[in-house]
Amino acid sequence: MPGIQAQYLGMPLQLADLDHENLEYFKHCAAHDFHLQVCAGCGRLRYPPTTACPWCMTLESTWKKVEGKGAVHSYSEVHHAIQPAFREHTPYLILLVDLDTQKGEPTADEALRVVGNLCTPDGKLAPPDMVRRVGIGSRVRMVFTDVTEGLALPQWTIDETATQPAQIWRYPQE
Amino acid sequence: MPLPRQEVDATTPKYLRDKYAIVGVGETTYTRGSNKTTRALGTWAVRNAILDAGLKPSDIDGMLDYSGGDSTSATFIAGDLGIRLNFYMDVVGGGSSTEALVGIAIGLIEAGCCKTVAIFRSMNGFSQVRIGGTGARSAAPVAGDMIHNRSYGWQSAGQSFAPTFMRHMYDYGTTPEQVAHVKMFHSHHASNNPKAYYKRRFTVEDVLTSRFICKPLHLLDCCVETDNATCIIVTSADRAKDCKHPLVLIRGVVGRCNKPRLDMHYQHGPISTVAGYYAKQILWPNSGVGPEDIDITGSYDAFTFTTMLQLEDYGFCKKGEGGDYVSNGTITLGGKRPNNTSGGHLCEGYTHGMNMVIENTRQLRHDVDDYCPVGADGKRQHTYDYKEGGCRQVRNVEVSANLGWANPSTTSSMVMRRG
Repeated sequence: MPGIQAQYLGMPLQLADLDHENLEYFKHCAAHDFHLQVCAGCGRLRYPPTTACPWCMTLESTWKKVEGKGAVHSYSEVHHAIQPAFREHTPYLILLVDLDTQKGEPTADEALRVVGNLCTPDGKLAPPDMVRRVGIGSRVRMVFTDVTEGLALPQWTIDETATQPAQIWRYPQE
Repeated sequence: MPLPRQEVDATTPKYLRDKYAIVGVGETTYTRGSNKTTRALGTWAVRNAILDAGLKPSDIDGMLDYSGGDSTSATFIAGDLGIRLNFYMDVVGGGSSTEALVGIAIGLIEAGCCKTVAIFRSMNGFSQVRIGGTGARSAAPVAGDMIHNRSYGWQSAGQSFAPTFMRHMYDYGTTPEQVAHVKMFHSHHASNNPKAYYKRRFTVEDVLTSRFICKPLHLLDCCVETDNATCIIVTSADRAKDCKHPLVLIRGVVGRCNKPRLDMHYQHGPISTVAGYYAKQILWPNSGVGPEDIDITGSYDAFTFTTMLQLEDYGFCKKGEGGDYVSNGTITLGGKRPNNTSGGHLCEGYTHGMNMVIENTRQLRHDVDDYCPVGADGKRQHTYDYKEGGCRQVRNVEVSANLGWANPSTTSSMVMRRG
């Protein structure tokens, strides 16, 4: 595959033509069809893309469709943006989401923890009233932010069809 | 199939305990706006450390330094000071490098590569490459693997570590008030440190009412960005006996010990546990002491939370009780086990860990540079009165621990004792 050069929120994003793992990962995201590597040796999924299996060292892997649903494991709410283009979107949420798939495997404390911002269903950074509704435990579903051909970023939005926990945990000071 | 390794077995032969020493410490001023190159700053700090040790430039034959592409090389510093080296290496690294390089220096001397090693860090963390990540660093292209974090506005140290901090609050009920005590206590220490960039005393309320950077971090939960260079000199205990100061011996070191999945450590929980969990299994057996034997700590305070997390996972309190440990008075001057008596990165200045080793070295010499008067014999007459603008020497300090931090998944550490 050819490499990719694109702009997203004022940031140049670059993927080299020999970065096969990341190119394949983002190609599936661009099709709004989340895939992860599945190990040819032990069958475990892994995130983010790697060049061998972190559990059994097997080099070979294939790509498998994975359901983009899960719960927020932890987060940060950014008020002082570092990158200039994020400033107009503060406060924004960085979410670490435990996928339902393979949660608690191979050990109880492991999960496929997929990063993303809290977004609206159409993949735009969430407005402040939506940010205030999400914390640890929130049920979320994956959406995508299109960047260019062959590259979209996986993101998260509130899963309106899911039963939300009675209480989500948010930092005590709003 | 093999699972990520949970047990650590890396015991140093016991004969290395007390075989090496820190004989010289040196630093520049801690400023914002040094108006000097990192070469000029580094030269200044290394020269000060050589003078502090009572050595000559020709006594130094090894040099190590660390940076993130934001500094000079040992070649320039050695050249400027007329030092001919038998070994040097410029290492990529930030926090956690200091103790790791002490370990490398010991290995070099053991291997016969050189005899006395100067380790320095020189940086314009405010006026050139800002440590908070603003400026040029935030405008750099986001390439390859970085897309999985930076494209989400997840880039600076605070942003990167925040999920660990938040999850600790969730898992253990740690409160913002508890953690804010770290800044308050360290600011009290800094108020007795003439070198500290911020000497003002802050309250818990000051921290909690300062603006948010990224939750759970307020502005005053974060360290300062400063311009400075620092240096320590390592040699054998035998040679150290000819140096100027009381012996400060190295009991044991841990270098860049990690949690699993360094490619993205959040994959392997508990994410509210940091690398100290693994490192303590090396540090205490190698040093032949435990947390209860330690008089003072230097737990890396890039953020208030990093001090708390490391003290907890190195075993100074039970898991989950770090919030109580850092707020109950233990870590302040006059408390049972003061932490970062110079004011640390939160107040004195940011040097990626080395100033905390310098401070503990001076504490173990019983000669910190506070506001106490200097007597006729040229020695500071410590009052042990820790009021603002007073003393910061800890009474009868014998053993120290430095706990370095690169990120939640990487730590280095070192135990030193008075010889």
